[in-house]
Amino acid sequence: MADPIPAATIVIRGLRKVYRGVAAVENLDLEVRRGEIFGLLGPNGSGKTTTIRMLTGLIVPTAGSAMVVGVDVITSPELVRRRIGYMSQRFGLYDDLTVRENLEFYAGVYGLAGAERRRRITEQMAEYVLEKRAGQLAGTLSGGWKQRLALACATTHGPDLVFLDEPTAGVDPASRKLFWELIGRRAQAGMTILVTTHYMDEAERCHRLAFLSRGHLIGVGTPEEITARFGVATVEDVFIELQRRDEGALT
Amino acid sequence: MTRVERIARFPLWAMLRKEFIQMRRDRGTLAMMIGIPAIQLVMFGYAIQTEVRHLPTVVLDQSQSPESRRFVQAILNTGNFDLTGTVRDRAEMTTSINRGDARAAIIIPADFQRDVKRGRTAVAQIIVDAADPLASSAAIGGARLAGAVRSQALAAQAGATAAIEVRVRPWYNPTSRSAVYIVPGIIGVLLSVTMIVVASIALVRERERGTLEQLVVTPIGKTSLMLGKILPFLLVGYVQITVILLLGLLLFDVPIRGSVATLYVMALPFVMASLAIGLFVSTVVSTQAQAMQLGFLFLLPNILLSGFMFPREAMPEPAQWLGAALPLTYFLEVMRGILLKGVGWETLWREAVMLVGFAAGLVGLSVLRFRKSIE
Repeated sequence: MADPIPAATIVIRGLRKVYRGVAAVENLDLEVRRGEIFGLLGPNGSGKTTTIRMLTGLIVPTAGSAMVVGVDVITSPELVRRRIGYMSQRFGLYDDLTVRENLEFYAGVYGLAGAERRRRITEQMAEYVLEKRAGQLAGTLSGGWKQRLALACATTHGPDLVFLDEPTAGVDPASRKLFWELIGRRAQAGMTILVTTHYMDEAERCHRLAFLSRGHLIGVGTPEEITARFGVATVEDVFIELQRRDEGALT
Repeated sequence: MTRVERIARFPLWAMLRKEFIQMRRDRGTLAMMIGIPAIQLVMFGYAIQTEVRHLPTVVLDQSQSPESRRFVQAILNTGNFDLTGTVRDRAEMTTSINRGDARAAIIIPADFQRDVKRGRTAVAQIIVDAADPLASSAAIGGARLAGAVRSQALAAQAGATAAIEVRVRPWYNPTSRSAVYIVPGIIGVLLSVTMIVVASIALVRERERGTLEQLVVTPIGKTSLMLGKILPFLLVGYVQITVILLLGLLLFDVPIRGSVATLYVMALPFVMASLAIGLFVSTVVSTQAQAMQLGFLFLLPNILLSGFMFPREAMPEPAQWLGAALPLTYFLEVMRGILLKGVGWETLWREAVMLVGFAAGLVGLSVLRFRKSIE
């Protein structure tokens, strides 16, 4: 039987990653609560993707600890993997498989079989509005469809936590809106979502945010708390302010 | 959960199913995997075939008798020799061979007919330019056969003890090897090279498309992932063996003296070992282009050191050791043993054990080497 999901779905303590002497992430402390949409923000190269990759066991941290869904991801990545979903920037879809075949494949990889698998796939196709394109090759889908299919594939096994790494890059506004409605619904149903994004309107839809800059955590809080702390009007202004500081530090 | 249900949940099945769907959709690659070896076999095989048969030949008939003409005709009828002209003396004959106008010469001595009539052994001589061993051996065989057949005919006709002996003198390369020796080898070489190359691309393609990163965060085990990638090619390998074997049989009269079933069973560890080499390459490289290059790296040692082209006994020791590290070396013994000598498990079990060892070792090595991470 799976462990009950702890109230703190992710607990990060002193997490650090050094690539060839350069720190990509420095002494990160962070907690993500069950059922929240948590936004990880920061300019390119700030350590967002590195953080997600450490939390999914794709790379091993240089130091620190990370408990994901109550399990130490450094010592037991495989236990974590059963209970999380991951959607990368590149979506991870097979272009030469149809929408249904992609879903069937990922369901099978997560150990779903027989009637249970069929039921889950039917549910996911309905939930992520994919029925009309069930027999179409994934490679011929437009960005918005691919993105929803990728999310459906990453959640077929009913994970407690989903990582979305820039899920809406290169997707049209209508699809982005639909996508955020879909993840909002999943969060309400109790799924925890950790998302990175460059779109500030999306950042404002997150329950809480963490700003990263050159591997350092700059601030954590609700969008309102963050803007208040930086003394600016919007999250976008915080972002611009950070980027300005970054560039100042470089020169 | 029942046992069947637990087995149905293995991620390996999903992996295999996906690979088969992708293989079916990728018609071009599939056609190449079967077509290219077939084309290579036909090209290679015919190159051997045309050289062996139809050797340009000059005749030095010093007997100028009905019996000598009949015998020359019998030799020409084997199809191994094409008459390009007659010469008057040995000097002229030597010149035409040295110039390359003729690759063989038939010499009938002056007393040929008289010896036949008197019931003595008449000696005809055939000189073959054996610089190319492939060219000479079948020609020699054909000529000897023609001599034997003519002798039998004479014996039946006259009830006499008359016989024609064909003395063959291969020039330039007295230890010529049989062409038929080469064809079973081609099957092994083509099989190993295609299997190594297709498997070397397998994981790399997932890496390039970004799907490997996705697979790594799923609970699929390393072994399921890797077996799922290579097992479908096993089927392709067997289709290849069958196609090449049939072509060899139909076009080149490759004999199948032993058991085809034994051959198919012993091919299993060989194909697995070749696939595992490719898989290992796949864990080392990061692009498909690198994979192809590294895969082809195995081509030359396979051809030169396995005993496919040159006998391993004649090689210096280090080359023999290298050859011993190639699965093809053992599979060649299996192919030649079964197809040409008609032997079975009782003689080939050592090779079979080696091949199973290679297959298990290389798959294990690849699984160990592969990390479910992206660093």
